[in-house]
Amino acid sequence: MTINARVDRRQFLRVSSLVGGGLLLGTVLDATGAAQLFAADVGRGSNNEFVPNAFIRLAPDGSVTIVGQNPEVGQGIKTMLPMLIAEELDVDWNDVKVVQGDLDTVKYTGQVAGGSTATPNHYLPMRRVGAAARAMLVAAAASTWGVPATECETSSATVVHKSSGRKLRYVELLDKAATMPAPDLATVALKDPKNFHIVGTKVRGVDNHSIVTGKPLYGIDVTLPGMLYAVYEKCPVFGGSVKSANLDVIKREPGVRHAFVVEGVGTDPTGLLGGVAIVADSWWLARSARKKLQVEWNEGPHATLSSDEISATAAKLAKQPPQRSLRKDGDVDAGLKSAAKVVRAEYYYPYISHANLEPQNATARFADGKMEIWAPTQLPAPARGLVSKALGIDESNITIHLTRGGGGFGRRLMNDFVVEAARIAKETGTPVKLLWTREDDMHHDFYRAAGFHNFTGAVDASGKIVAWKNHFVAFGDAEKFAAPADGKSPPPFGAGAGIGGGEFPARFVPNFVLDASIMQQHVPTGYLRAPGSNGIAFATQSFIDELAEAAGKDPLQFRLDLLADPAETPQGALVASRMRGVLELVRDKSGWASRDKLPKGTGMGVAFHFSHRGYFAEVVQATVSRAGKVKVDKVWVAGDIGSQIINPSNAENQVQGSVLDGISEALAQEITIERGRVVQNNFTEFPLIRMAQAAPIEVHFLVSEYPPTGLGEPALPPAVPALCSAIHAATGKRVRSLPLSKHDLSWA
Amino acid sequence: MKVSLKVNGKPTTVDAPSDMPLLWVLRDVLDLKGTKYGCGVGQCGACTVHYKGAAVRSCQLPVSSLQGAEITTIEGLSSDGSHPVQRAWDEIDVPQCGYCQAGQIMSAAALLQKNPSPSDADITTAMHGNLCRCATYLRIREAIHTAAAASAATPAAPAATSSRPRQAGTPRN
Repeated sequence: MTINARVDRRQFLRVSSLVGGGLLLGTVLDATGAAQLFAADVGRGSNNEFVPNAFIRLAPDGSVTIVGQNPEVGQGIKTMLPMLIAEELDVDWNDVKVVQGDLDTVKYTGQVAGGSTATPNHYLPMRRVGAAARAMLVAAAASTWGVPATECETSSATVVHKSSGRKLRYVELLDKAATMPAPDLATVALKDPKNFHIVGTKVRGVDNHSIVTGKPLYGIDVTLPGMLYAVYEKCPVFGGSVKSANLDVIKREPGVRHAFVVEGVGTDPTGLLGGVAIVADSWWLARSARKKLQVEWNEGPHATLSSDEISATAAKLAKQPPQRSLRKDGDVDAGLKSAAKVVRAEYYYPYISHANLEPQNATARFADGKMEIWAPTQLPAPARGLVSKALGIDESNITIHLTRGGGGFGRRLMNDFVVEAARIAKETGTPVKLLWTREDDMHHDFYRAAGFHNFTGAVDASGKIVAWKNHFVAFGDAEKFAAPADGKSPPPFGAGAGIGGGEFPARFVPNFVLDASIMQQHVPTGYLRAPGSNGIAFATQSFIDELAEAAGKDPLQFRLDLLADPAETPQGALVASRMRGVLELVRDKSGWASRDKLPKGTGMGVAFHFSHRGYFAEVVQATVSRAGKVKVDKVWVAGDIGSQIINPSNAENQVQGSVLDGISEALAQEITIERGRVVQNNFTEFPLIRMAQAAPIEVHFLVSEYPPTGLGEPALPPAVPALCSAIHAATGKRVRSLPLSKHDLSWA
Repeated sequence: MKVSLKVNGKPTTVDAPSDMPLLWVLRDVLDLKGTKYGCGVGQCGACTVHYKGAAVRSCQLPVSSLQGAEITTIEGLSSDGSHPVQRAWDEIDVPQCGYCQAGQIMSAAALLQKNPSPSDADITTAMHGNLCRCATYLRIREAIHTAAAASAATPAAPAATSSRPRQAGTPRN
């Protein structure tokens, strides 16, 4: 991995002034909740610790305990946020012990794992938390010496009086620091990043030791005294409910303590859906009893839904006038008329499942009117709200402990499994661990929405795109689908199924139309890593490749030309120069210019995508055998996520994982629907990428002067179209639908 | 049924349904939570343990077949995380979510036991049965090479537990 500095202050200032100066930081949440807490909590904790705020405890033995407030699901946040605090606190990382914070909306702000938001939202607040504590220690030392605080410096948990050389270690200042006023978080002085000694260095995951020694960490590992184990069966048809079940038989099965029907609360799949709970002495016994379970379902109105029917509906809608216009610039018809070449193409990507390796689970205990929950959730506050609403328990009586999650990928933004565990525990009165089977997980996901893009594009004689039109046929929200209040406007997009009017290449093509039509459907959709983008980038970038071919241009240079500075760059929109920067970097690193020397059957493809504030351009080199077997040889990645790579070790890991995740999706992943239910059951039918397909991936970062942004998602989307582009270069075959396993890619 | 077996060198007798897979005996009877459930059909490798000198999928082994068996789990690979594979996993910073890594480590340890300096192709073959949803495969490969090099540099590698497989092989079932 390399980190490449590119200081382009002029560009930065220009963009900043466009958006009103400092607005790029304007999306950063302030830790005002924490700020209020400073006054209340500051002081001595137990064991003579100094507790400057809700995040930090300094002990007399020199140990530093820092709370990681956000849910950890593999994105590295439990290491990264405490790094920011420790950096400004100016302690040695080796002395830091990180503990996971429980859900606490008073102490903490934004306890969320989603949208690659933790870095932009917490980069400054977490640093301020550390800096404020440091300021109290400095004040204590300055007061001891009778010198101004401004004459003091810190390093390695020690305050130094510059001119006299006097030193006091933090551990010698704990009593006094506890009496110092807490500084204002908004104005507390922060380090110059050039003096960072933790941030920007490769820091290993704080849970690594526990992981490699098999210590309990995850939701599935939670054990409580007297705990029982639950399985929960829901109707395989979306929207179905229980009519009756052979509970008497089940109750006689070995080890079964409870078996009961749960009435659903409404029909929203993100809430509590009805089903049958079996609670036993062990999970294996619960699961064994379930094999004897016979349920008569009311399958509801969607029991005939199939993937073929969905595709047919989409094809019909594509031929009709669009239901809504999302953007219209210039005159597309005139552009098409004046064009040298017109290209039409239809693109499709399927539903796919999140397939977290740790199946959904939660553990709950209900006693004396209080509900206590341990869950690997990405959204703990909404989990508490959902449990409160579904079970009628006041939120003040619900505690949520965050466990490590065995993968998130957006699945655990939905808290269905949390409310199910709570509901079952409320009924049994004993602690209960609910664990889904792999099959439950695949049958009851919130799937990446399938999508249908119907493109018409045109290039002029000079090879410039002069017209771009997309009629996007997408899904509405399963059970939330409702007639609009005015009876006229089209229905809204489903979760993760939509597209925004600003989606590239909006602003970069003079005559541009983005339209959409929406089908009602009944397959729950949700947010899968880089939601929207993970499909849209495939369709859009692939079609750009087709236009480059029509123009007779190098597809990478064609993209650079397309990325000429547009007339305006609204706040939060793609900044052309940043994308050009990563495209040029990946061009240079990949040896793009000499790709014509590759043997027949081997090709390079390129793609870029802007999402989650991140800029990524990727080149894939792939070889396709004559028989049509695809092998990725190598991937080069260039990314720009701002001024600071906080943890380069995790950054590289995230990018490599994202790229392989994208390739994994493209190769063979598809969820299909028959008779209203999901066809695939397990990894046999829904394959994840394995070691043999994991090509080397070179990661390069281009450091810019923009604020640091997140990395859980934005490296994924370009991998899919770059791979398809490479296949085209290798075989001449254009891939317009996924997965690749459905295509004959053989060549002669 | 009552089954006597040795787990991580410790003799134990468990009373469990005869069809209960070793995975659930480890997790819910013996409270060894390091071995993970991912698929239940031997496809993901999260439940990998050592048995009869090989890396095996504990979700596919009914306890009735394990009378007198000697099993090593991630908790028994070393007492303190000092096994060369565990150290390499930490040093290379392999884990993302980490859920599959106990299984990956057990497969890697079995490979190195049999083949102290595996090629890339050897690694690909031996690790084929272990899925990583976060796709940390590149670091897994690197960590196996690192562990192999570390073991070669110190022939008297950290002491094995008494139940360490006599001979390791590639994953079965």
